[in-house]
Amino acid sequence: MAGAGPAAPLPPVPLPVNREHALELLHQMVLIRRFEEKSAELYTLGKIRGFLHLYIGEEAVAVGSMQALSADDSIVATYREHGQALARGIPAGSLMAEMYGKANGCSRGRGGSMHFFDVARRFYGGHAIVGGGLPVAVGLALADRMQGRPNVTACFFGDGAVAEGEFHESLNLAALWRLPVLFLCENNLYAMGTALERHQAQPDLRLKAQGYAVPSEAVDGMDVLAVEDATRRAAAAVRRGDGPFLLELRTYRFRAHSMADPELYRAKEEIERWKSRDPIGLFTARLRSQQLVDDTDLGAIEARVATQVDEAVRFAEGGGWEPIEDLTRDVYTPVQP
Amino acid sequence: MIKMSYREAVRSALREALRSDPRVFLMGEDVGRYGGCFKVSHGLLEEFGPERVRDTPLSESTFLGAGIGAALGGMRPIVEIMTVNFSLLAMDQIVNNAATLRHMSGGQLSVPLVVRMATGGGRQVAAQHSHSLEGWYAHIPGIKVVVPATPADARGLLLAALREPDPVFVFEHSALYGVDGEVDEAAAPEEIGRAAVRRVGDAVSLITYGGCVGKALQAADQLATEGIAAEVLDLRSLRPLDTSAILASVAKTHRAVIVDEGWRTCSLAAEVSAQIMEGAFYSLDAPVGRVCSAEVPMPYARHMEDAALPQVAGIIGAVRETLGSHG
Repeated sequence: MAGAGPAAPLPPVPLPVNREHALELLHQMVLIRRFEEKSAELYTLGKIRGFLHLYIGEEAVAVGSMQALSADDSIVATYREHGQALARGIPAGSLMAEMYGKANGCSRGRGGSMHFFDVARRFYGGHAIVGGGLPVAVGLALADRMQGRPNVTACFFGDGAVAEGEFHESLNLAALWRLPVLFLCENNLYAMGTALERHQAQPDLRLKAQGYAVPSEAVDGMDVLAVEDATRRAAAAVRRGDGPFLLELRTYRFRAHSMADPELYRAKEEIERWKSRDPIGLFTARLRSQQLVDDTDLGAIEARVATQVDEAVRFAEGGGWEPIEDLTRDVYTPVQP
Repeated sequence: MIKMSYREAVRSALREALRSDPRVFLMGEDVGRYGGCFKVSHGLLEEFGPERVRDTPLSESTFLGAGIGAALGGMRPIVEIMTVNFSLLAMDQIVNNAATLRHMSGGQLSVPLVVRMATGGGRQVAAQHSHSLEGWYAHIPGIKVVVPATPADARGLLLAALREPDPVFVFEHSALYGVDGEVDEAAAPEEIGRAAVRRVGDAVSLITYGGCVGKALQAADQLATEGIAAEVLDLRSLRPLDTSAILASVAKTHRAVIVDEGWRTCSLAAEVSAQIMEGAFYSLDAPVGRVCSAEVPMPYARHMEDAALPQVAGIIGAVRETLGSHG
C-alpha cells in the first residue's frame, strides 16, 4: 500500500446524504482548503512565521470525523491542526490571528500555527511533540469517566506517532481502564519525510490496536462520508462504554511537510496519483452525479468561503500585539488578591 | 501535636485530601494493592477503593500525561513516581505539557497536578535509583518544586500543593521516610515559597533542603561545641526560591555554605550562590562555600556512596574554610 499511489477506491459508502448536510461537509472542506492556501501565501509574505504545516489533501479526515462529536466532547490534535480547528468551529479569524502572533489569536499569539487552543470548544491543542497528545487525551477521558460525563475524547495523531512509546502506553492504559478515547490515526504515509514502510515493520497500522485488545478499523480517509460513517460508529461504541477504539484514516498530504520541506523523498507522480483522489473533488463529483449539487451551489460555497477567509485576514491584520509587560503572565495562574 | 514518621505524615495528607475533596485521586506504580513501594499509600486502597487509588502499568510518561489530562478535565490528580530517576521517562509530559500548557494557551488552561516522587541517595541502591535531580526540575518555569525535610512539612507542603492551580512537584528524600517528628494534623497547609530557619545562629548560614537538613543540623550542633553559631536555613521550596530569606540570613551572618545533594555543576547550590552574589555581595566576608555530591554516578558500595554524598564532616570542613578565609 505504501510508497505508491492510493489504494483502489473502495465502493462508496451508501449513506443516505441529505443535501443540506452534504453542502455543509463540502463547505467545511473548501474552507480548510482556501484558508490554508491563503496561509501559504501569507507565509511567503512574512505575515505568518515559524513553522506552517498544511493539511491540504487531508480535509475529509477532520471534517468527516468531527461530525460524530458533540459540543461536550474533547479534542486533542497535533501541530497539523488547522483542519480540526476549523471543523470544530473555532472562528477562522482567531486562528489566522494566532498565526500572525496577535493577541486576538486563539492562544493570544503564544502558540502560532502548531498550538491552537480553545477551551470553550474543548479543543486542547495543538501538540507539537509527536505522540505527546495521546497521554493527555487518556487523562481527559479519565476525568470524564470519573465525573460521570458521557463524553468522548477524540485524539488525532499521525502515522509517525505510532512509532512513539506514548502511543503504545496510551492504547494500553485506555484499554485497561476502558476509557472513552477515540484514537484517530491520520495515516498520510509519511513521518515528516520518512515513508511508512521505512519506519514501521508492520505498516498495517490498524493491526497495532489488536495487541492492546482495542477494536480498530481502516478507513478511506479521502472519502468524507466513509470517515463520517466510521467515526459515528466508533464514537457510539466508545460513548457506550465499550472502551477505546482506533480508526486508521488513510489519507495523503498534497503539500510539503512544512514550508521548509523541498520534498526530496517522494515522487511527483505519487503526489499526482493521490491528487486524482482529492477529497473535495471526489465528494463534489459524487454529489453532482446524484444531482445533489450544481454549479450555483458550488459557486455559493466558494463565495461564502472567500468572504470568511477575507474576514479572517482582516481580523488578524486588525489585531494588536500582546504587550511585552505580559511576557510572564500565565506562566503560573495569577494569584487572586 | 502527635509524633509520626515522615511516611505517615505523607499518608496523613493523602488521606485528608482524599476524604475532603472528591476530585482528588492517587495513581502510580504499585500505589494500591502493594501499598506503595515506600509504603506511603499503605491502606489507602482499602479505604478509598480502586477508582481513587489507581495502580498503573509501568508507563511513566502516559500516567503522568494522563494526570495532566485529568487535571485539565477538572480532577485533582496526585501522581506518584517511584523515584526521580524513573521520572525521566515522563520528562516529555512534564516539560513540554505540564509546564507549558497554561502559558502557551494564553491562560485558558490550568494544570492542577501534584506529582510526588522519592529522591536522593544513601540506601545503597546505586546509580539508577539514587540521584537528586530536583535541581533540574527547579530550572523549569511553569511548575513549582517543594522539598519537605520534616514530617510536618511532608504533610503541610503536600496539602499546600493540592491547593495550587498549577503543577507542583514534591520531592521526598527516601532516607527520611522512617524519620519521626511532631505533626499537628489540624494545622493549615503551609505556604509554598517560604524557607524556614531551623536553627538560629550568627556566624555562618548553612543553606540547605530535603535530606541534607538533618546533616546540616548535626554539623551545627558540633560547631556549637566550639562556639561557632551556625544558622540552618531550610529552603523547603526550590521554585519559587525564598530569596529574601536567603539574603536576610546572609546579611546577618556574612558567610554562607550551601549544602545540596545534587551534583555541583549547574546545581541548585549554584543558583543560590548566584542569588547571594547578586543580592548580598557587599555583606559577604568570605566566598560562598558549597557542599554537593561528587560528580559521579552513585556507587553501590557503602564507603563509596558515603564518599559521594554530602556528609557532616564535609559541611564542618566547608564552614571552617569559610571562617578561616577572611580575617
